[in-house]
Amino acid sequence: MNNTVSSIKNTPLSQCLEGAKDTFPLVVGAVPFGIIFGTLGATAGLSFAAVMGMSLFVFAGSSQFVCVSLVLAGTAWPMIVLTTFVVNLRHMLYGATMVPFYKDLNSLWKMVLAFGLTDETFAVAVTRYNRDDGIANKEYYNLGSMIFMYANWNFCTFVGLTAGKAFPEISQWGLDFAMPATFIGIVIPYLVSKPMWASVVIAGIISIVAGGLPHKLGLMVAAVAGVAVGLVCEKMFSGKKELI
Amino acid sequence: MSGINIQLNEIYMLVGMTLVTFGIRYVMFPISGRFEFPALFQRGLRYVPPVVLTAIIVPSVLMHDGETLDLSLTNPYLIGAIAACVIGGLFKNLLLTIVVSMVIFLGCQWVFALG
Repeated sequence: MNNTVSSIKNTPLSQCLEGAKDTFPLVVGAVPFGIIFGTLGATAGLSFAAVMGMSLFVFAGSSQFVCVSLVLAGTAWPMIVLTTFVVNLRHMLYGATMVPFYKDLNSLWKMVLAFGLTDETFAVAVTRYNRDDGIANKEYYNLGSMIFMYANWNFCTFVGLTAGKAFPEISQWGLDFAMPATFIGIVIPYLVSKPMWASVVIAGIISIVAGGLPHKLGLMVAAVAGVAVGLVCEKMFSGKKELI
Repeated sequence: MSGINIQLNEIYMLVGMTLVTFGIRYVMFPISGRFEFPALFQRGLRYVPPVVLTAIIVPSVLMHDGETLDLSLTNPYLIGAIAACVIGGLFKNLLLTIVVSMVIFLGCQWVFALG
């Protein structure tokens, strides 16, 4: 493979740093979340090791929050694992999206990057992979994004677990608005075509209508409906060239 | 309260959540070499990021307690979300969108709590 010589620095390290840099806004958005998670986990009666272990090994924010609320409700662990499965099912779609981009990587790379396939790193990395500029080392860009998210998430969980005891009411401050704010910022650049608008509007409506389904299943129903509507609209507007 | 207070239950929970989450994120890679995804499926995947995130955003903004729909303009989450849409649409700057809408949200929350 002969990449055109470009003035852009392209070493594994520079790509890593680039990925971390582009993830910075999302890291900012995740800070209050990690702290609240640590605080809530402690007050829900989970041990220090369990709360920290979740951020270290599971590394999936929304399912960690759901887990804490289920623990508070006295739910047995098999039910919590089942709910985690449903809440995180969307990541299977993320994996499927990354398959063509990771196809030349070895299994270790795939495992490491799959472990870090959070909403945030997926959003940043998929944008980078889709920018077809012939730059290699995009896996390092992805890795940089993942490491930054991971380090921050675990640091914030630790802060919540330790310092959070001094502010037990922190979860009532409304800092959880950081998540929708971050995600809105991610979604907006995608809204460049009618099918994309239609899919997002439908997903939003269905997420409310199906919100009462158990185990947060409404999320998957809304996602599938949104994708289906997008594809149908693509067909309807198929005379025009799509932008994405 | 059943379960979880015991350390062993926490370990089961942690191992279960870890395996399930990693399994979901990884499963597509080993199976993808065996067959080609249909073209329709591949096209559908392009909608995944915005659609999934929207399905997370909307309930957390409009049904903040998880049960009741709050479309009123005294819902600080709604005001903050509208602000985020406007700022994001105008400036296309993620950090600016997060920080400014967060400030507007916290301001609204404070004012509405007073009223």
